[in-house]
Amino acid sequence: MRVSFLYYEECPSHEQALERLSEVMAEEGIFTDVEVFEVETEEQARELRFVGSPTIRVDGQDIDPPGEARYVLACRAYRLEDNRISPLPSREMIRRALRSAAKSPPG
Amino acid sequence: MPKLSPGDNAVPFELPGVDDNNHALADYANKEAIGVVFTCNHCPYARAWEDRLIEIQADFAGRGVQLVAISANDAKKYPDDSFPRMKERSEEKGFNFPYLYDESQEVARAYGAERTPEVFLLDKGGALRYHGAVDDNYDDPAAVKSHYLIDALEAVLGGREPATKETAPVGCTIKWK
Repeated sequence: MRVSFLYYEECPSHEQALERLSEVMAEEGIFTDVEVFEVETEEQARELRFVGSPTIRVDGQDIDPPGEARYVLACRAYRLEDNRISPLPSREMIRRALRSAAKSPPG
Repeated sequence: MPKLSPGDNAVPFELPGVDDNNHALADYANKEAIGVVFTCNHCPYARAWEDRLIEIQADFAGRGVQLVAISANDAKKYPDDSFPRMKERSEEKGFNFPYLYDESQEVARAYGAERTPEVFLLDKGGALRYHGAVDDNYDDPAAVKSHYLIDALEAVLGGREPATKETAPVGCTIKWK
């Protein structure tokens, strides 16, 4: 399983988001290294298909696939299970993505 | 960039609002307190605090408080922050305060605003009495421990100095042109 974490430094949620990702991974017994990428330019945002900070991908799949592909250096808005907007993905969003990837056949 | 500090006098402004009227700071001279809030459409922090700002305006309107929201973001790079989208957001959320467009970004620069949301609470005389975050928890309204803006409003309305005059605003950076 490959876990990627992409962030934009000017968005203050990335430290807490990475911590949350690490905690949920540990709870799920997943100890693979997280690939961390700092997205610094608009060109990088386009190359990395970065729709905002933080973006978490498991085996290349966004844990919350964005409806619109607009690549920007900005904070990302996640809609939580209770319909609130948050700069952070929920633990459940992360957990669902990890469990789904764990069930998927390799290759 | 110079920033207003508690005790400084407010910087006057006149900006177009989503109601298609111009709004000047002087229009609210009869208010007991004015909360100028730099915010925007796209930022998840700004969006997370929107309902709380609506609630604060509703709770304090009868005591002479007026919130005024201003968006200064570059709408060319961040089209969700365009003036038409601001109108949509105001209607969708039922903003009970003016939502103004600082297209030139001059007002944001004059106040020294850097983040969205970022509060500048002015008293009746136009002096800055509190600057910073709305409260201490962007993520969960039920988990707020320090209601910075509410506490500052209560102090100002009661003729007292806010116990907390300044906090670090938490949010997205203002998107400069």
